[in-house]
Amino acid sequence: MTGLWRKQDLPVLVIALIGIWLLPFIISTYTLTVLMVYGMLGLSLGLIWGFGGILCFGQAAFFGLGAYTYAIAAINTGESTAPMLLAIIVPAAFAALLGAMIFYGQLTDVYLGVITLVVTLILFRLMNSTAGPQYVIGNARLGGFNGIPGFHTLNIPGQPDRFIWGDGLYHVCAFALLIVFFFVTWLLRTSFGRIAVGIRENETRISLMGYDVRARKTILFSIGAAIAGLAGALFANWGEIVTPGLFSLGQSAEIIIWCIVGGLGTRFGPIIGAAGLAYLKFLLGQQAVIDNAIIMGLILVVFVLFLPKGVVPAVVSLWHSVFGRRAARRKTRQRRARTGWTPHA
Amino acid sequence: MPETVLETIGLTMRFGGVVAADNVNFKLGAGELRCLIGPNGAGKSTFFKCVTGLHPPTGGQIFMRGEETTGWHPHQIAALGVGIKTQVPNLLDGLSVFENIWMAARRFHPAAEAADRARDIIDRLALSSIAKAAPGQLAHGERQRIELGLVAVADPWLVLLDEPAAGMSAEDIDRMSGIIRDMTRTAAVIIVEHDMQFIRSVASTVTVFHQGAVLMEDHVDRVMSDSVVRNVYLGKTA
Ligand SMILES: Nc1ncnc2c1ncn2[C@@H]1O[C@H](COP(=O)(O)OP(=O)(O)OP(=O)(O)O)[C@@H](O)[C@H]1O
Ligand SMILES: [Mg+2]
Repeated sequence: MTGLWRKQDLPVLVIALIGIWLLPFIISTYTLTVLMVYGMLGLSLGLIWGFGGILCFGQAAFFGLGAYTYAIAAINTGESTAPMLLAIIVPAAFAALLGAMIFYGQLTDVYLGVITLVVTLILFRLMNSTAGPQYVIGNARLGGFNGIPGFHTLNIPGQPDRFIWGDGLYHVCAFALLIVFFFVTWLLRTSFGRIAVGIRENETRISLMGYDVRARKTILFSIGAAIAGLAGALFANWGEIVTPGLFSLGQSAEIIIWCIVGGLGTRFGPIIGAAGLAYLKFLLGQQAVIDNAIIMGLILVVFVLFLPKGVVPAVVSLWHSVFGRRAARRKTRQRRARTGWTPHA
Repeated sequence: MPETVLETIGLTMRFGGVVAADNVNFKLGAGELRCLIGPNGAGKSTFFKCVTGLHPPTGGQIFMRGEETTGWHPHQIAALGVGIKTQVPNLLDGLSVFENIWMAARRFHPAAEAADRARDIIDRLALSSIAKAAPGQLAHGERQRIELGLVAVADPWLVLLDEPAAGMSAEDIDRMSGIIRDMTRTAAVIIVEHDMQFIRSVASTVTVFHQGAVLMEDHVDRVMSDSVVRNVYLGKTA
């Protein structure tokens, strides 16, 4: 129980490091950077939905908010460290407010979906309508549908003239994803994380145990938004422009699809779903024979029908049935006996 | 006269036109074990839900250990030390039995101590063989026992048990009676039951609900022999 590090974390870490090193030999770092960013965005929803049971239709709102916060702050400060932090804090604070309204108002799941969806739409509209020169925050013109270009991109902290870009940015994004992944892993092992999963399982019972479900959901929602905000800021650095398209419903829907295809209730699923589908979309974008949206739609339908639990759970169970199910069971039993814990994928 | 742990004054719960609890005045002393009986739809479960905050009552007041708790949220009432086993077990179906019980203990104790307490209760309730199973896949009787365990592990001073014997084997019921008697050393307990045999074996005072209101409250023997009670309740089932 004590300490959050588990033996199974080491192979994950090693494989991830090897992957970060090897992947650039296969895919360009420019593409990989955005795949990492999407992986992080997928994980942000995977955390609150897959483990906390909070289905947010507006995760893109926090992503966009992070990106815009970064761009606006970077123009005003002429460096990147404070803007990066703000890009995490602002979406988190916004989500805390929004979440408090939803969860303390005891709105049902349907309203949660509707409200987050509407908020995304409002932000999209709002940013679209800021084309005039009167819409400025400090030195930053919001630019309406043209977005904000030309902001200061990522630099080595404390050295504003030493930019991090290209391969450097890829490594920053990859390691940021790795850190966020382990943060989520460890969060889920804390009492807070276990109780969050308990809330997903049965809210009534958790409150009858004496836990304040409203506060806990608000906090988890806010953590998810912080991660999405960080992803947004990294995305802004990759694209070097932020546009209202970040807040689009299409983007929100895509995040949900990533989670479903990758596997809800797992940590790897949303990352793999996000990076996999985004890469597929990239490959499809290079041809003009079939429309992108049709293929994405088909993939979703196929998964919902034939692999409703997603890729990662399917691969895990295939692994168990092919390679020594017994060995796996024995190991699990030993671990559970030692720790008294149910593991989660 | 022992301390009053639970008192309701004029407690009323309306669902649209249905008056599920009708002006209920109820008093329970510390360490007391009380049975609630009454025909289906009499309002027993509704009374429990009002007391635990699951339904904010539409009228009346609730006091616990002298403090008014009317309108409190379930988690605030639970945090005082009130545990409930609901009629349809409310469990964390996808987690392990151990985690269900651990989480209940964790509310009041550090993680490691909660784990010790959970293991202890699991032994006492003979749940060891299914400690790693998910309650969602278990039989009703087992689910009842798990819920009893997660109530007991939090050391409540007021325990509400809504039909705890339903779906249990005779052996399970014996074991449960033991656990309930253990609980009464530190807690006041209210049990909703239909099984007369069981009621006689655990309780002395019985409160009869009928159409949302308290019909009678007396010693179990006098209640059983009362003609009005026999008419509304026992007459149908005996
Ligand atoms: N959430 C609700 N909405 C509307 N009516 C309800 C609700 N809950 C209970 N009722 C009604 O209130 C009345 C009392 O129900 P309750 O479940 O409290 O009875 P009970 O004594 O527990 O019966 P049983 O022995 O069948 O469990 C019933 O008429 C029931 O239909
Ligand atoms: Mg009932």
